[in-house]
Order: sequence, then structure tokens, then C-alpha cells
Amino acid sequence: MRENGILRIVTRFLIPLIMLFALYVQFHGEYSPGGGFQAGVIFAAGWILFVLIYGLEAGLSVVPERAMFVLSAAGALLYALIGLLGVVLGGRFLEFYPLLDNPQAAQQAGIILVELGVGVTVASVVMLIFTMFARRRGDLGQAWHPEEND
Amino acid sequence: MAVALAVVQLRDLFSAAMLFAIYSLISAALFVVLDAGDVALTEAAVGAGISTILILAVLTLAPRYEKRIERVNWPALGVVIVTGACLVWAVSDLPNFGAPDNPIHTHVGSYYTENAYREMGVPNMVAAVLASYRSFDTFGEVLVIFTAGLAVFSLLSVRPGKRKAKPESRPGNER
Amino acid sequence: MHLLGHYNYYVVVVLMMIGFYSVIARGNMIKKIIGLNLFQTSVFIMIISAGKVIGGSTPIYEKGVELYSNPLPHVLILTAIVVGVATTAVGLALTVRIREAYGSIEDDDLIEDDGEDADGHEAGQ
Repeated sequence: MRENGILRIVTRFLIPLIMLFALYVQFHGEYSPGGGFQAGVIFAAGWILFVLIYGLEAGLSVVPERAMFVLSAAGALLYALIGLLGVVLGGRFLEFYPLLDNPQAAQQAGIILVELGVGVTVASVVMLIFTMFARRRGDLGQAWHPEEND
Repeated sequence: MAVALAVVQLRDLFSAAMLFAIYSLISAALFVVLDAGDVALTEAAVGAGISTILILAVLTLAPRYEKRIERVNWPALGVVIVTGACLVWAVSDLPNFGAPDNPIHTHVGSYYTENAYREMGVPNMVAAVLASYRSFDTFGEVLVIFTAGLAVFSLLSVRPGKRKAKPESRPGNER
Repeated sequence: MHLLGHYNYYVVVVLMMIGFYSVIARGNMIKKIIGLNLFQTSVFIMIISAGKVIGGSTPIYEKGVELYSNPLPHVLILTAIVVGVATTAVGLALTVRIREAYGSIEDDDLIEDDGEDADGHEAGQ
């Protein structure tokens, strides 16, 4: 699909927009529908579109597989650390109000950080799953030939 | 409903996957009509995007056409009809659609609706409930999707093994 | 009225049964997974429609709006959707592995295979 001019030009225009939209949805999750999950899925969809057009190697050179492993664990860890931070500062697990002085600001800060962790994990896990499936196709293409259809 | 029936009946799995994407989009539109913005966004992104992409990715690895079904599977149809009848009978006990004094709205839901903005300062009540009132559930959910990534990785990281029928294939697991 | 008040629930039950039939009556694994997703999505529709308040608006706070739809079902369904995609991904990974080990993803061929050595079997239909 790399040679198809229309696809290339349209995706070159669209993919930055998709990623920007993912960031917008992530950080405006408090004011409009959105939040961590939606942003992560949209970001991963943008990356998948890039891989579909330009190939898996190009996609992996943008986001290496190592980064996907590290980021998926890092997002979940961030969530747990915010929770433990609540315990350290005097409340219970995952309570946000000890974080800052103003209770409303503390809740908002906690929510932003938690949603960030969720978004990062969801995006990297979806990208990882897609990479696993796509690489399987590449491996199998060398090992044996696909069967005839019914 | 017609889309769902077509998805079940079609032998061409590629068309079934496309119709599944259409079904997800229609249900996302339904969610918008039912005042569920976050859910519509998630369902559209996940159902029409990720699930369909994964099904298509597996379709490149598997036969595209389902085996021909000669006869209707009567026991399965019987089970389905019995279950459907029980569910329809149970539906008659449900309160009417959309009435503001349903039991579902009176206890915790009304507390969230009245107090979320005052306590959090966050206009989006769904995000406030998701990330603050019900943080534990979201934490578990992050762990679930992380575990799914682990499971897929552990299943698919092994190189495809040799098929004994073809002598020229490569031996498995060279990592 | 009673019947009209539950109209959307009946539709959801029909959708659920269609997905259920696809899970148990079709042998092809990908069709089963698609049926499972149909089932899940229809359950989401049911719970979201149970949370709607007629005359309410989206549960996002705005000045001057008095009646909101219940945000609690939305939260539950958000988590359920993501868990659903996780289940689908793992199921599809299993399908890929079964395809490689047995050469087929149809139930009938797999049951026939059980009596023989899995690796020595030629590609199924």
C-alpha cells in the first residue's frame, strides 16, 4: 500500500490529526466525553493506520517493541503509585484528597494523573497486540503457504 | 437486528467482520441517542476500530470461508428459544424505560449526579465517577487489559512450529 | 403502557439471542468470537438504556440543566467494553495457535482430530 499515492497523502494528513485528537480526548476527559480509554484506543488506531500503509518495520521503527512493553507496565505502575501516594500522605489507598491542599484541586490532579496512566497502558497494549498479530503473518508467510479456500 | 442476523448467517468471514463493524457503529449511534457520550466514543473506537482490525488480522491467518452448514442446528435453536423466552418473561418485571423514579436512579446514581461537580470540580460526571469514586474498578480494569497484552504476547511469541507434512519448513522456536 | 415501555428491552433480548446462537451453533471459531462480541454489545445496549432518564441530558455538568441521565451504568459499561476487547484479543490469539497446531478452526474437524496425533494431521477443511 505504500505505492498508492492517494492513501499515502491522505494518511500523511490524517495521522497527526488522529494523534492530536487522542491527546485532546485524553486531557479534556474532565470537560467533555473522553478520558483515558478512549484516548489510548484512538492513539493506537492512528499507529495501526500508519503500519497498514507503510509496513510493520516502519511502524516498529517509530514505536519500538521494547517501548511498548515498558510503557504498558509504566501506565499500570503510575496508577498504583498514585494510589500509594495517597496512603503515604495520610489517607487510604487511591484517595486523592491528601495530595494537595484544596480538595477540589487534589481530586482534579489525581484524576488527570490516573487517566494518564490508563491511557498510556491502553495505547501500548493495543499496539502490542496488533504487532503480535501482524508479525505472525510475516513469520508464517515464510514457513508455509496458506491453504486453499473452500 | 438485520445486521446481526446477517453476521451470523454469512459464510464469508470478511463480510461478517465488516458487518460487525457496522453493527458496532450503529450501537454507538444508539448510545449517543441514549445520552451516553463516553460510552459511544469508546464503543465506536473499540468496536468498529480495534475489534474489527484484530478479526481482520486473524482472517489473514485463517481460511476466509466458513464451512458450509447443511442443516439448522435444532438443539442450539431450542436452547436459544428457551433462554429468550425466559428473558422476555423477566423483562416484564423491569420498570418502564426512562422513568425518572426508577430504582436504578434513586440510590447511588442520584448521589453522583448531585455531588460530583461540587466535590470534584470536574464537569464530566462519568470521568469523576470512573477515576475517583470508583478508582478500584478502573485499577482492576487497567490490570485486565495489561494481562490481556501479556497473554497475547505469551501465546504469539513462540515461532510457528514445523508442520511435519512439509519437509522444507523451518524448525520451531529458534530464539 | 407496559408493552411499549419495554420495547427496547425486547429488541435487546432478540439481539442477545442472535449472538448466543452464533456462539453455540456455529463451529467456526472466528464466527464464535464475533457472536460473543454481538452478545456483549447487546448487553451494553440494555444496561445503558436502563440508565437513561427521559428528559435528562448527558451526565456532564452544565449550568441550568436540572435532570441528568444516570452516570453509573456508563462507568460500568466503559470498563466492560475494554474488558470485552481484551477477551476478544486473547480469543483470537488462541484461534491463531489452534489454526497452526491443527490446521483448521472448525469444530467438526477439531473433534475428528482428537483421536490422531495433532502434528501428523494434514490440513483440514
